[in-house]
Amino acid sequence: MSTVLVWIETHDGNARPTSWEALGAANALASTLGASVTALVLGKNAPAIAQDALTRGAAKALASDDASFETYRLEPYAALLSALVKEHAPLAVVAVASSAGRELLAASAADTDSAMLSDAIELGAVAGNVTVVRPVYAGKILSDAVAEGTAFVTVRARAFQPAAPVGGTGEVLTVAPVLAEASIAAKLESFEVEVGTVNLGDAAIIVSGGRGIANNPKDAPAGTDKPDVWKAKDGFETVLKPLADVLGGAVGASRAAVDAGYIDYAHQVGQTGKTVAPDLYIATAISGAIQHQAGMRNSKVIVAINKDGDAPIFKLARYGIVGDIYKIVPALTAELKKRLGK
Amino acid sequence: MRIVTFTRSTPDTAAKVEVGGDGAVTWGGAATVVNPWDEYSLEEAIQQAGKAGGKSAAIAVGAPMHDDALKHALAMGLDEAYRIDDAALDATDSLSYATAAAAAVTKLGDAKLVIFGKESVDVGTDSHIVQTARKLGWTMLSYVSKIVSVDYAAGTLKVERLVEGGKQVVSASLPAVISVMKDINEPRYPSFMGIRKAAKASIPVWSLADLGVSGLRAKAKTTRFANLPARTVEVEMLTGDPEDVAAKLVDRLLAEKVL
Repeated sequence: MSTVLVWIETHDGNARPTSWEALGAANALASTLGASVTALVLGKNAPAIAQDALTRGAAKALASDDASFETYRLEPYAALLSALVKEHAPLAVVAVASSAGRELLAASAADTDSAMLSDAIELGAVAGNVTVVRPVYAGKILSDAVAEGTAFVTVRARAFQPAAPVGGTGEVLTVAPVLAEASIAAKLESFEVEVGTVNLGDAAIIVSGGRGIANNPKDAPAGTDKPDVWKAKDGFETVLKPLADVLGGAVGASRAAVDAGYIDYAHQVGQTGKTVAPDLYIATAISGAIQHQAGMRNSKVIVAINKDGDAPIFKLARYGIVGDIYKIVPALTAELKKRLGK
Repeated sequence: MRIVTFTRSTPDTAAKVEVGGDGAVTWGGAATVVNPWDEYSLEEAIQQAGKAGGKSAAIAVGAPMHDDALKHALAMGLDEAYRIDDAALDATDSLSYATAAAAAVTKLGDAKLVIFGKESVDVGTDSHIVQTARKLGWTMLSYVSKIVSVDYAAGTLKVERLVEGGKQVVSASLPAVISVMKDINEPRYPSFMGIRKAAKASIPVWSLADLGVSGLRAKAKTTRFANLPARTVEVEMLTGDPEDVAAKLVDRLLAEKVL
């Protein structure tokens, strides 16, 4: 039976939660194509994660917990994936469009001279050929594309329903690495974990701050070099972060806030930052420039809090509050603690 | 030795991009700019070429509109610019792009490092970057936020990469293709002299035949562009003192089941 291969990305012995969305997308595509799903799981704890994939609808799983797969690296992963694609000739190869997923599938598509379609938000088939809808021009418009032959597809995080456990069964086969460690040039020297932050791309709730966060009523300590930077950093830390924490969400920022040095670039949402689509996006002191909108307009519910009632962000928002974020956000955090029992 | 970088012209970041009645993508009268991520790769190419005592070259794949990006590159201070254009080349197919790009790097002959901006906003992807590395058979290091060290004689490279959840330090071998993030540098503005020089420059155009590429056929084809479905949300403005609006908002968010 023809197959759809799905890569379940792992991190520290667990499946990345968005990988189950890739499996959900693969399950739906396979049923359209009359194919079955084969899951590929590499890294620590791979056999157990492969079992989990079987319970979530994969008919078969290929797994390896070889040491060379412990942390994702392009060379060993792509060498194995390309070999498997040549061997099994799947109709499609699916993964979530994480930084690793995008890189791995593009590389393997090149190795096997196959079609690459990235960041799909819809997936289908016409006459046996895989089709996608994907955002282009920084998310300002959409494009339809069709693949000829094996289609490598990355699916955007939070665009597809995750595959739920349905009590499926199947077999887990062990696969062997293609590259020996000695022939892998890339070596991971260190990994500095950003503590206490939720990955923006995976977050169900994001609380973002803009340039206006510098209007902190607190005074910077005497002699502070850049008082506005101090005030903004304090605002992110003591006002937005507590709101994000009570919601179990992540902290985002506009480009203006990042460029002003108020917060690290890793938090930037928008055209030259991350594209996100959480269930809830709370934009505080963000005017909503088109570049920012491009990164968050697909959020399910958008809340805008801004002192300027004419700010463009209110055109995207489901709920709007005109006022001072330093008065409203703490009140919101307190109310949520009370109502959510935290 | 050359440091090579790829760039392209994209609609101004603030432009409203739409699909017209004829199905074509338009951005009104708005100007094009250098693909926003490429500001950083162009700057990095200048800096790396300077440190290595080599030349920096910018290449664009596609129609004459991309000459604007190449002229911007020259005005910033890159030494050379080339464009690849051929009716048989569908640059929206990442593998076609990569095949042509890899052939151009090979044609230049003395490149050790190829630098891309993180992604191209028009095609909305970075697939072509990784695929250029694979077609060359070179190391690929994506999402680089800092080049820690590079030693062309020893053929080694060490970089910092920004990935989900933190920063990785990775060492690898040259030659390599890297894609760079926004915080790798502070891009310079083109100088007045640079702009004058770039305005006069003539940019060589290479066909696929010039690159020794034949039989290129897109496996992934864009069939249609479409405008985004209109967001049908009606904003509800919540008013009152902070405690009131907070309570009203939490009521509504609980009802929306997003908490």
